[in-house]
Amino acid sequence: MIQIRGLEKYFGTLQVLKGIDLDIPKGEVLSIIGASGSGKSTLLYCINGLEAIQAGTVSVAGTDVHAKGTDVNKLRQKMGMVFQQWNSFPHLTALENVALAPKIVKGKSKAEARDIAAKQLKHVGLGDKLDVYPSALSGGQQQRLAIARALAMEPDYMLFDEATSALDPELVGEVLDTMRLLAEDGMTMICVTHEMSFARDVSDRVAFFHEGVIEEIDTPANIFGVPKSEHLQKFLSNIR
Amino acid sequence: MEPTMSFFSGFQPSDLLYLAEAAWRTVLISVLSISIGTFLGAIFGWMMYEGKWAAALTLGPVLDVFRSVPLIIQLVLFYNFAPMIGLNLDPFLSGVVILSIYCASLVANVARGGMEAVGQPMRRAARSLGMSYWQDLRYVVLPIGGRAVFPSWVGVALGVMKDSALVSVLGYVELLKASQILITRTQEPLLILTIAGAFYFALSYPISRYAATLEKRWAS
Repeated sequence: MIQIRGLEKYFGTLQVLKGIDLDIPKGEVLSIIGASGSGKSTLLYCINGLEAIQAGTVSVAGTDVHAKGTDVNKLRQKMGMVFQQWNSFPHLTALENVALAPKIVKGKSKAEARDIAAKQLKHVGLGDKLDVYPSALSGGQQQRLAIARALAMEPDYMLFDEATSALDPELVGEVLDTMRLLAEDGMTMICVTHEMSFARDVSDRVAFFHEGVIEEIDTPANIFGVPKSEHLQKFLSNIR
Repeated sequence: MEPTMSFFSGFQPSDLLYLAEAAWRTVLISVLSISIGTFLGAIFGWMMYEGKWAAALTLGPVLDVFRSVPLIIQLVLFYNFAPMIGLNLDPFLSGVVILSIYCASLVANVARGGMEAVGQPMRRAARSLGMSYWQDLRYVVLPIGGRAVFPSWVGVALGVMKDSALVSVLGYVELLKASQILITRTQEPLLILTIAGAFYFALSYPISRYAATLEKRWAS
């Protein structure tokens, strides 16, 4: 369970999050949609503590992320994150990319870490690319590698920050399929996305961000079928 | 007793050994200075990257001084003025101190460049996996940034090795000083300087070849 209360975030004098209240129960798939600059990605960064917050609280499984004594490194092991840019470690093979964190963060043995990595890479369909360096992988494959890398930490939550935005159109499908697979496995997921079909088909709820607030949050059917807010209606009509 | 004494005598095979010993001293002072300089430079570079303006205001100008003032002036100044503050160092140690600081001032900027080359997104990805700040530095920033600036670092290292010749002004008998001594005795500057040059080349060429091999391996 992720609980967000009165979250406010500033970059300098610019307020990007203006009081967010949000509960994400375990097992839910929440999609966050909205125009660029509406604060969607920033929210994800605040959830796993990569960005400091100025007011409010974020608690993950009962732990206050931004409290002074919180071990964020430990907390982040529970929250996998996949970025717009896949950020594969270029000096490591696919297998080593995935095995690194289990080995050094969780202290698994080399053999254990490699087993976990191989399993996760097979899971995302990269079972035949174990010893390949990222430079030899396509964008879609690198993004699936990033997903496997996050999954190798056996997280309870997965945060996706526009995971398909930087991909060539023909590569978007394979990454979305991998995300669907995760959703079917019952993973708790928060997906900032521009893929409306994914938001509609896969998520349990969809949140519409507008200028730093959640303007509307509801089931996909209601968000896309009967949007109430004017901004949401305009946003959706611009996309279609 | 010989009525006349010959001041000058031709180049002898044993002189080659003398030059080789001197070359060894060049290697010794270079390896020591480059190692210490690289270690310090990496720390300075990290401080300038992380400390931002605080380090840029304090450390930056100091390193700029060492980078800009000709090494020979630094050596002579340090060697002659260090005793005033109670530091009685022999030419070798004085050379190591100044060469190390000089090397560090060059490496600092290389190191900072390496950290900048890794980029915030990559580091956030590492941190998002639960890595601590230091694990991120050790397992992500060091290998990725290190490879990015490796060619620049090799350039600095080879430069420092050649610049170590300047320590000869303090009387440390390394390759250049040994050559000068032999030239005075043999009056064969062309031959001896050629041999000394060959020694320098023999020292640096394998390093640059090895570096090129490493870069090739990383690129594939």
